[in-house]
Amino acid sequence: MTESLTVGRKITLGDLAHTRSGDKGNHANLGVIAYSSAAYEHLKLHLTAQRVEEFFAPLFESEITSSVDREQRVERFELPGIQALNFLLYDVLAGGASKSLRLDTQAKLFSTAALEITLPALG
Amino acid sequence: MTLRIANAAGFLGDNLDAPRLTVQKAAVDYLTLEYLAELTMSILARVREKNPAAGYAADFLTVLRSLIPALKSQPRLKIVTNAGGMNPHACAAEAASILRDAGLGGVRIGIVTGDDLLPALSEFQAAGQAFEHFDTAKPLAALQQPIVSANAYLGAKPIAEALAADAQIVITGRVADASLTVGPALFEHGWQWTDWDQLAAASVAGHLIECGAQVSGGFYTNWNKSPTAKGQTCDSPLDLGDVGYPIAEIEADGTSVITKPEGTGGVVNRQTVCEQLVYEVGDPAHYLTPDVDVDFTAVEVDEIDKDRVRVTGAVGNPPPNSYKVSLAYRDGFTAAGNMLVYGRDCVEKARACAQIVRQRLRNAGWTFVDKDFNVETLGTGDGMPGLSRLPVSPSEVVLRISVRHQERAAVERFTRELAPLATSGPPGLAGYAAGRSTPRPVFAYWPTTIAKECVQANVQVMAANDFPCEEAQ
Repeated sequence: MTESLTVGRKITLGDLAHTRSGDKGNHANLGVIAYSSAAYEHLKLHLTAQRVEEFFAPLFESEITSSVDREQRVERFELPGIQALNFLLYDVLAGGASKSLRLDTQAKLFSTAALEITLPALG
Repeated sequence: MTLRIANAAGFLGDNLDAPRLTVQKAAVDYLTLEYLAELTMSILARVREKNPAAGYAADFLTVLRSLIPALKSQPRLKIVTNAGGMNPHACAAEAASILRDAGLGGVRIGIVTGDDLLPALSEFQAAGQAFEHFDTAKPLAALQQPIVSANAYLGAKPIAEALAADAQIVITGRVADASLTVGPALFEHGWQWTDWDQLAAASVAGHLIECGAQVSGGFYTNWNKSPTAKGQTCDSPLDLGDVGYPIAEIEADGTSVITKPEGTGGVVNRQTVCEQLVYEVGDPAHYLTPDVDVDFTAVEVDEIDKDRVRVTGAVGNPPPNSYKVSLAYRDGFTAAGNMLVYGRDCVEKARACAQIVRQRLRNAGWTFVDKDFNVETLGTGDGMPGLSRLPVSPSEVVLRISVRHQERAAVERFTRELAPLATSGPPGLAGYAAGRSTPRPVFAYWPTTIAKECVQANVQVMAANDFPCEEAQ
């Protein structure tokens, strides 16, 4: 029912949550804190690891250098106590703080960029 | 007893006035100062290579001088810092000299060492420590390049030991950031090493304040919403010019209230605390420190008053039996240069400039492969390359080229190639005179672990007066 009412309507993540990102070697973390319980439930449903991977797709290494087996390039964790989701984005920093030639070597911009992720509107 | 621990430095290069202002504006029991990011150690290692009496966070000495009046008027104030970097003894000797000169020769300084694994690295390897890379699982033996630094992240234990031996200032090398807070909390509250929930809660407090103003309004998503007297918010930027640095008030059960000195700018609210809680976190069910394995998932954060946020619900489990190790190795050289490209076709002109530079480098005999020659046209969204494009063409962009090469001479040559564009490139260029960048070595990162039983933390405590007087400069 909710879905049918919201078809076609889009909002951005910044409407539902605030964010903070940081680096962990060549990986980035993206914390997404919902503004409300309804927003948290909505994010759990729609802000999947796949959605985050799709949004940040151009930033990942083209080849997987890590030999550690990872089913996907983004992993999602839940923090129900503060109604937040945490994403780990593997091998997304072009070498990380030490080696990366990017201006943003430490994933500082990821949290601001993520505010533009589009999602179905809250029902 | 409520223990008040402030943090007024979140990295090497943070605001030098923050420590002095924090202790002037708030009564705290401890001031912590955190200076060591992942790669700071390798930079300090190189500094020490050039000067055996250096290699620590020299900012701390400037800060210590500014804290002399506070140390005199608040004789119970204690300082815990990882400013020792690659050379805690030299840092402590300099600190002792500053204290003596100020008439504070009786102040006892604790020095925590034992984190530096480099001198005995091959012995550890011979004894079976493979130092496998976290991500690739390759053993360190597979690495060809020279290692610059290798440091274990020590925990709160040696800090608590130094405090137990009456140290008023504790100077460490590499310790886990949160342990700068956990050490004092453990010592003052008399916890046991198996009080996992208390250690976990104090680790959360330490994690929240370790980045300084990042929990009190800095980098906050809603930077343009200010609190009003009525407890609401209004559309006005936070006063970050006078941002207050954070204080954790830690109770005997480990739970804490995060706050900041009265009359300072910024804000401590539920949102700023939640943002910092998730900062640089992987699996929130296992935030690993040398002291405890912390479960963040049930942590709750409540605003109890203006700029006062209570943090509860951390759950602790025994820590891993290994220390995290940050190891850095040399991997060629790098440099970056910028220039402004203005006006019509600025994006195309910037790209053309980059092509010209690359062509001239080739003419000079230096080839840079694509991944070692990075071109950004800042102003078009290239801060996050490939993610978005501006719908309209910008009126100007900053061209930034950064390169990497195993040969220093190749990078040296690159740093000479921006200026000539002024007269031999497209029109509308400025800013090339800002100064040529210098090549710097790349220190690549090899995250790994070492079994705890291999590492011996050392604690030495003595009065400033008892340090030998002649230190090499």
